[in-house]
Amino acid sequence: MKTHSIDVHALKRAPTAAVRDDICLRVEQLNLHYERSGNVALHDISLAIPRRQVTAFIGPSGCGKSSLLRCFNRMNDLIEGSVVAGRVFLDGEDIYARGVDVAALRRRVGMVFQSPNPFPKSIYENVAFGLRIQGVNRKRILDEEIERALRAAALWDEVKDRLEGSALTLSGGQQQRLVIARAIAVQPEVLLLDEPASALDPISTLRIEELIYELKTRYTILIVTHNMQQAARVSDMTAFMNLGRLVEFGETDTLFTNPRESQTEDYITGRYG
Amino acid sequence: MQGDQHKQHISGQFNAELDAMKNHLLEMGGLVEQQLVQAMDSLLRRDSGQAAAVIAGDREINDMQLRIDEECSRILALRQPAASDLRLVLAVAKSTTDLERIGDEATKIARQAIKLSELPPSASHATEIRQIGRHVGTMLRDALDSFARLDVRKAVEVVIDDDAVDTEYDAAMRSLVALMMEDARNISGVLHEMWALRGLERVGDHATNIAEQVVYLVRGQDVRHMKPAELQDLLQAEEDA
Repeated sequence: MKTHSIDVHALKRAPTAAVRDDICLRVEQLNLHYERSGNVALHDISLAIPRRQVTAFIGPSGCGKSSLLRCFNRMNDLIEGSVVAGRVFLDGEDIYARGVDVAALRRRVGMVFQSPNPFPKSIYENVAFGLRIQGVNRKRILDEEIERALRAAALWDEVKDRLEGSALTLSGGQQQRLVIARAIAVQPEVLLLDEPASALDPISTLRIEELIYELKTRYTILIVTHNMQQAARVSDMTAFMNLGRLVEFGETDTLFTNPRESQTEDYITGRYG
Repeated sequence: MQGDQHKQHISGQFNAELDAMKNHLLEMGGLVEQQLVQAMDSLLRRDSGQAAAVIAGDREINDMQLRIDEECSRILALRQPAASDLRLVLAVAKSTTDLERIGDEATKIARQAIKLSELPPSASHATEIRQIGRHVGTMLRDALDSFARLDVRKAVEVVIDDDAVDTEYDAAMRSLVALMMEDARNISGVLHEMWALRGLERVGDHATNIAEQVVYLVRGQDVRHMKPAELQDLLQAEEDA
């Protein structure tokens, strides 16, 4: 499944040095807390996420995995009173630096949420949305890009005859793939998937997993999931988090067969709590 | 991860299933050990009655293998075990195969005992058989003990010990060949002893396989096909820890 092996310890050390081609996102000493409640959501997180691979974030509810995911496209900015300290580099650029265009960042780092959230528009317009914002209006280009995105999201064959139909008539699994198509239509580098299959039936879940496997040839994918088997199936790297800290980060194969940390062991074998 | 074996799962039922599976393996191990002792005894005393009982007893071992393997597949399918739980299921599933084979070897030794019971006393006085039999018997017991106690040190010692058995086996073969050359009348008896020795040497190999599974189970490290020097390093590390 893996194309090449990675020096896990090098990733964990997250070197500050030169920009590396095989590293897409690098997090250094990231802390996140909420001013009003004083709650600390993330505590000294450092890790490096490899390019064009799938990295899964697992951990009990409230461990900070979704908060961490939202740091990668600055979605936490939208939460009042959230304070981020530390640095996150995308291709060597600090995304929290002054003057960063957050809208441009979110184009590069697309996000898909737990429950499918298509706009109450046609299938076509849902996928066209981001492109239109970018100023793409020529019908021929839009048609091409929409077909490309829908094919990439493995949805084209199911919807090609009803592109003008409402997106809300699609099934849950189809809606989730539509949302993925919408995210990849603007050609992002990174896809953040927050529990993308938890509201879906087993067959739709497998479709999404299959899709993730295909998409990773083009995108760096970060996925948050409660389903450990899913994390084990779809990801190359896995990060286990607990109480806002990164407990263990390593190759998925190793983490699920022979974890280093006893906390990880307890969680993945169901001894947690 | 040694200590985590004893920590309880959130699912008590899962806990119970894993415990039961491991206990069944150790139970099977006990029975196999007993079969081997009886087979050796029947061989040394040339007791065809006892040998026949060993041969009949193999069926129970085969049945146990099927039952435990079934338990393993059920746990894999229903519980999707991870980490040390997964390694436990894999180690148990692989060890049943080796135990069953040891059972088969015990049966073969018992068959030689029946053949020998019809022949005059052997010129070898069965010295080699006695020695190697005792040796592999200890290896099997230690391998099973190390499984029960998750004792990596003991398991590695068993693996290292297998080379000694191989050396003893080669020496025994040479001395038995010498006996055959000395007097052609020895040949038929010695041939049966050679078959029995071959069986004992195989028992040592299977005990080694089980011990290797114990290291995998506890440390997550696959020590199969490791060189003796690497094993010694592992043993040293274990003692330092």
